[in-house]
Amino acid sequence: MAEVLLKTEELTKSFGGLVAIQELSMEVEAGEIHAVIGPNGAGKTTLIAQLSGSLKPDSGRILFENRDITHVPEYRRSALGLARSFQITSVLKNFSALDNVALAVQAHAGHSFRFWSKARKAQELREPALEILEKIGLTDRMDMPASSLSHGEQRQLELAMALATRPKLLLLDEPMAGMGVEESQKMVELLQDLKGTHTLVLIEHDMDAVFALADRITVLVYGESIACDTPENIRSNPEVRKAYLGDGEAITEIEEV
Amino acid sequence: MILLALIPILIQFLEMPVFYTEMFCRIMILALAAMSLDLILGFGGMVSFGHAVYLGIGAYTVGIFSYYGIDNGFIQFPVTLLVCAAFALVIGMMSLRTSGVYFIMITLAFAQMVYFLGISLEEFGGDDGMPAYRSTFGGLIDLYDPLSFYYFVFAMLLAVLYLCHRIIHSRFGMVLQGCKSNEARMQALGFPTYRYKLAAFIISGMICGIAGALFANWNEFVSPAAMHWTRSGDLLIMVILGGMGTLFGPVLGTVLFLLLEEYLPEWMDALLFPGAGEHWMGVLGPLLILLVLFARGGVHSLLGRLSLRHG
Amino acid sequence: MGLLLIEQAFNGLQFGVMLFLIAAGLTLVFGIMDLVNLSHGSLVMVGAYLATTLIEWTGSFILGILLALPSTFLVGVVVEIVVLRTLYERDHLDQVLATFGLILFFNELIRIVWGPASLYSGLPESISGHVEILPGVPYPAFRLLIILVGLLVALLIYFIVARTKLGMLIRAGASNREMAGALGVNIRMLFTLVFGLGASFAGLAGMMLGPLTSVEPGMGEPLLILAFVVIIIGGIGSIRGAFIAAVIVGLVDTLGRVFLPMLLRSLVAESTADTVGPALASMLIYILMAGILVFRPRGLFPARTG
Repeated sequence: MAEVLLKTEELTKSFGGLVAIQELSMEVEAGEIHAVIGPNGAGKTTLIAQLSGSLKPDSGRILFENRDITHVPEYRRSALGLARSFQITSVLKNFSALDNVALAVQAHAGHSFRFWSKARKAQELREPALEILEKIGLTDRMDMPASSLSHGEQRQLELAMALATRPKLLLLDEPMAGMGVEESQKMVELLQDLKGTHTLVLIEHDMDAVFALADRITVLVYGESIACDTPENIRSNPEVRKAYLGDGEAITEIEEV
Repeated sequence: MILLALIPILIQFLEMPVFYTEMFCRIMILALAAMSLDLILGFGGMVSFGHAVYLGIGAYTVGIFSYYGIDNGFIQFPVTLLVCAAFALVIGMMSLRTSGVYFIMITLAFAQMVYFLGISLEEFGGDDGMPAYRSTFGGLIDLYDPLSFYYFVFAMLLAVLYLCHRIIHSRFGMVLQGCKSNEARMQALGFPTYRYKLAAFIISGMICGIAGALFANWNEFVSPAAMHWTRSGDLLIMVILGGMGTLFGPVLGTVLFLLLEEYLPEWMDALLFPGAGEHWMGVLGPLLILLVLFARGGVHSLLGRLSLRHG
Repeated sequence: MGLLLIEQAFNGLQFGVMLFLIAAGLTLVFGIMDLVNLSHGSLVMVGAYLATTLIEWTGSFILGILLALPSTFLVGVVVEIVVLRTLYERDHLDQVLATFGLILFFNELIRIVWGPASLYSGLPESISGHVEILPGVPYPAFRLLIILVGLLVALLIYFIVARTKLGMLIRAGASNREMAGALGVNIRMLFTLVFGLGASFAGLAGMMLGPLTSVEPGMGEPLLILAFVVIIIGGIGSIRGAFIAAVIVGLVDTLGRVFLPMLLRSLVAESTADTVGPALASMLIYILMAGILVFRPRGLFPARTG
């Protein structure tokens, strides 16, 4: 078995009386694409938020490279090699595409208490940023303000920013959200390219994409993991089918694949 | 562009009374304060409603030195910077733990606290304030000479404009603007945003403190009125009027606002009825509401839009 | 000493109750509409002026107040409909500026109508005397009346918020605006109504303040900032928080001003105490606020969760 990169131990988070994540224990192995699926309200985004550090769990632990990071603040987790993308596109709208990525590079190029020299002239920020834009296919859009990019391009930029922090583990919250078929296909290809070099935790509603990409799938229902297995086994898992019964759309999606 | 416009004014002074030199000095001093506010408001997204407090602290630093007979500017100004940095550090540390409405109210409350502190300092004139002598710089500049004083302030303004220009385009400036745009994203990228915002808050307070020190010099008087909360409101208006998040916007806004303050009463007397000018604030208020409701982005963007249309 | 303490404690309570009346409307407006309203202090002033004038007109204290209350309510409703309504969608900065404009407008309007000089309103004989609150402790009847009215209003607001349908909507709105909208509530009407109510409470505070101090343009603003402090301490949107914080602020401020200089004089040299005492006393509530913020950044009773 491959080395475990990220591990949660009995992670629990509730809001008021509503339990979002209940005693969730899961492992993400280095180099795999680990998809997390589940019906709406299963706690997927809450999970990502806790892994990335923007939410504090009520109890339980999170281990990254065998180090307890439960109480490590978000910005320092990023330095350790955890990066996330957001479900709702979260690029810096009035920055150009290149500036967005360069700023992400800057996040890990030492501290930014530099008040004098021009950031846009710093080659050590610009070059890696250009490289990543090239890889993601946005080079010809690099000087456009992010707000004027198409939705699909903004999602790509979102991924580029996460990549620019040179993460060991990428937490992707519905990277295909709101995308058309063509755009989704492009994103799947992009993620496919990351396989092997990056470890991915992928939350996605697009079942085509999930079953095409994932090495393993965790199924989350009401904050609990009801199964964690390879795509083939998940598809034939009776419990998963039962859990999805209420969600007609999802079960046909699973069957179709 | 605006800077160029400022210099010819001096030529006109040959014909005009000293009053105008003094008036433009005041405008430039408050423009400095407005610029300092814009650094955190327009570029950092922090709505500070207590920024006049640094104006007051800067003024009082000069005033208190003057009270004890120390009028050397080489001592006064560096100490002003330090004192303002210290106040901004403490106020910023508290205020930046919060955001949104809380931040607005807390900055206002802290400013009010310092205002009352000023009032209760009987030793330094309390409510009435006290006179202050103009700073000396070892014989290099004579601030009592209107022209020297004008150019002294002008040089400060240029220096701060350039400083802000560098800061905005530096790595630090990029982070600051990122925080305004999307703070959650910045944290996820790995920026400890609190520290960067606090640093900006302190820099801004220091610049405003310099404006305060100049204000004490200009006025030859310090009083708590300099940090009255309406002054903080005025500063916000100047920034918004000119266009926040731009380098020259606050300068433009200050010029407009103070000229309005100066001439609106006269216009009202002439246009409405004699004595109407007394109630100029009754017109300014609704003007302000209209500005907010219909002219977002300030005069700066209005000019921008016009020039686009023509160009 | 004991006598002074009791008297000052009552003064503090009276001040706190007054602050609560102002803060109550403000915190609801913040909580439900997420609107920064700086002009709330102007409503205190409007209430005071209307009451003073109406009392003079009618020649009756009670009738004057009873007429001034709905008038202030109306002023609040008009302000909400004309200006504030368009501001809900805007960011806080726009709200600050526009309501700052409203302050300038109201102050000037008052100056035009009533003139720049302060007004003084007398008290009817029946409440201008003193009452013995404890054997041997006389206390001004009017101040006592303020405390009673304030407590009654506090109970009334509590009843409205906790027990009525309107209150349920207010609470729903404070914790989740979209949900309140989804419940099919006429949000516009609700906002106008709540704003009007808040305005009349602020006006009531102004009316009761009239006989104690002078009625003058700009009288509401220092109170507004104190009401902000109350809300920060109590937690935005929380009536209970506003009440407790208002009483705390009232007591701390009043007692601090009287007893802190005394206390200091017994600790340090008299000259130092005379300088530091008043300064420290005037800063006391802000220091209290800062202290509370360190431990509870969202106030004592944060109403909005998540």
